[in-house]
Amino acid sequence: MPTTRIPPRQRLTLPLLLAALLAGIMALAYFEVIDLYIQTIILFIGINIIISSSLNLVNGHMGEFSCGHAGFVAVGAYVSSVITVALFTSDRVFGPPLLPPQLAPLGFPLALLAGGAAAAVAGLLVALPSFRTRGDYLAIITIAANYIIITTVINIDTIGGARGFMGMKRVIFAMEEVAEIPWMVLWVFTFTILSLIAIRRFVSSTYGKGIIAIQQDEVAAEMMGVNTNRIKLVAFMLSSGLAGIAGGLYAHVIGYVNPKSFDILKSTEAMVMVYLGGMGSISGAVLSAILFTLLLEALRPLQIIKWIVIPLLLIILMQFRPEGIMGNRELTDIFPRLKKLHRFK
Amino acid sequence: MKLLEIDHLEVAYGSIRALHGISLEVDEGEIVTLIGANGAGKTTTLHTISRLPPPEAPRLTAGDIRYRGQSIVGVEPHDIVRRLHIALVPEGRHIFGNLTVQENLKLATYARRDDDRRPADYDRVFDLFPRLAERRRQRSESLSGGEQQMLAVGRALMSGCTFLMLDEPSMGLAPLLMYDMFRALKKLNRAGMTILLIEQNAHVALQFAHRGYLMDTGAIVRAGTSAELLADPLIHQAYLGG
Repeated sequence: MPTTRIPPRQRLTLPLLLAALLAGIMALAYFEVIDLYIQTIILFIGINIIISSSLNLVNGHMGEFSCGHAGFVAVGAYVSSVITVALFTSDRVFGPPLLPPQLAPLGFPLALLAGGAAAAVAGLLVALPSFRTRGDYLAIITIAANYIIITTVINIDTIGGARGFMGMKRVIFAMEEVAEIPWMVLWVFTFTILSLIAIRRFVSSTYGKGIIAIQQDEVAAEMMGVNTNRIKLVAFMLSSGLAGIAGGLYAHVIGYVNPKSFDILKSTEAMVMVYLGGMGSISGAVLSAILFTLLLEALRPLQIIKWIVIPLLLIILMQFRPEGIMGNRELTDIFPRLKKLHRFK
Repeated sequence: MKLLEIDHLEVAYGSIRALHGISLEVDEGEIVTLIGANGAGKTTTLHTISRLPPPEAPRLTAGDIRYRGQSIVGVEPHDIVRRLHIALVPEGRHIFGNLTVQENLKLATYARRDDDRRPADYDRVFDLFPRLAERRRQRSESLSGGEQQMLAVGRALMSGCTFLMLDEPSMGLAPLLMYDMFRALKKLNRAGMTILLIEQNAHVALQFAHRGYLMDTGAIVRAGTSAELLADPLIHQAYLGG
């Protein structure tokens, strides 16, 4: 039975499912069926999906070892927060709103993208040294980049320095003035999906083949005509840019950012998610972000002991399943029928 | 027609000079071999031509490398493959162990824009090395050393090269496989491929190449046709064992 063409209706299944899921969550949040706590956990899942899949691009697909991902999250968080707070709210430091607060729902995604762009530029801190350095040495450089970013933030007093920066809740209120819907659910969901599409497109493109080649053997990649420097530059900047978007979302969900929340512990969380999910697997990164966020919440009563239990779980995982949940496979490799839901080019 | 001309090339690793002004040339359609002992500078010469990325890259301090009459000093390593179609089969093979034979070959077409000629090149590789066709779905790290070497050559061919450089293709191969490899290279050459080959086994290399250069501690000490070199008493004494 030859099936050469897939009917267009089938191809739309995945977008339709996602739209239904978004509408479902938003309705549940709107009618207060799920309380704010559950809502926040759902939002964190989305943010963590962006963080883990963007780090997975560098650590998994490209096989480099970046341990300073939280630094780029911080850049995005601060830049987008400062933009939205200055533009749409009256702030102690930045004064009255520069634009009418009614524009907040339009301005917010643009501010997020600006935060992402700033984080992508910060990604050069890691991308440029990666031309000549790899492996352990690059890992040390990424930690240094993480600390450079945090220390810079601590020393800028206008954005609160070590005390942190707040006022993002007022941006959310400004959006709710315009329309009374759970805005952050909408934004987190939209940007999570957009990030995943961007990563999926990137790794399945010609560039993606180059990334596989770099991951396998950099010298051989160059010998086959792969411009390794350019691909590394693009991959690092895309990865840190998406991390910046996640940072902007995080800042607006919490309503408060503090340099401390983007230190090496946060970077470690991101790495745990990548290695839990499986290196080079997008669906693995998504699954592990969901699992890890839920686990983190479940272990919250343990407080600081949590940070003994989670590394311990990582050690056990490395002992018994070092390739992570998915290895480098995708869900569609394990359940080929899922392919029917959507055709990627 | 002169394809590759190396003109008084001097190369250093840091402050250590590795090549002391060597000159050699390769004509189109030729097989030329560089022979010599370990540390003579043979691999350095190939790496300088293909401009491998750091830290492997040797630093060129004087002299010139011309390909089809144009200097290729300063050309990026990926452009050597992409635009000039020069491929290197490196020592140690550098195959992608995690990927299957087929995937290795497919990845090698990365830089190519001529989609229509690819199927013919697959056929050419599988025709030269039927073993690779048998093992196309096998992970390449599970291949034997000889098969991995075949894959490394096959991958270079899939990059669409017209000039092939090989660094000790016989290393670690059983004599029978070694002759197979050389037969395959000869066949490629008859079909028009220019080949520059490094070899420790001077005897085999000279039987197979048209011309050769003998290198010693960063300099070329003898040059000539294979027959001349095979008859040379110096080479006979030092490299062919009496």
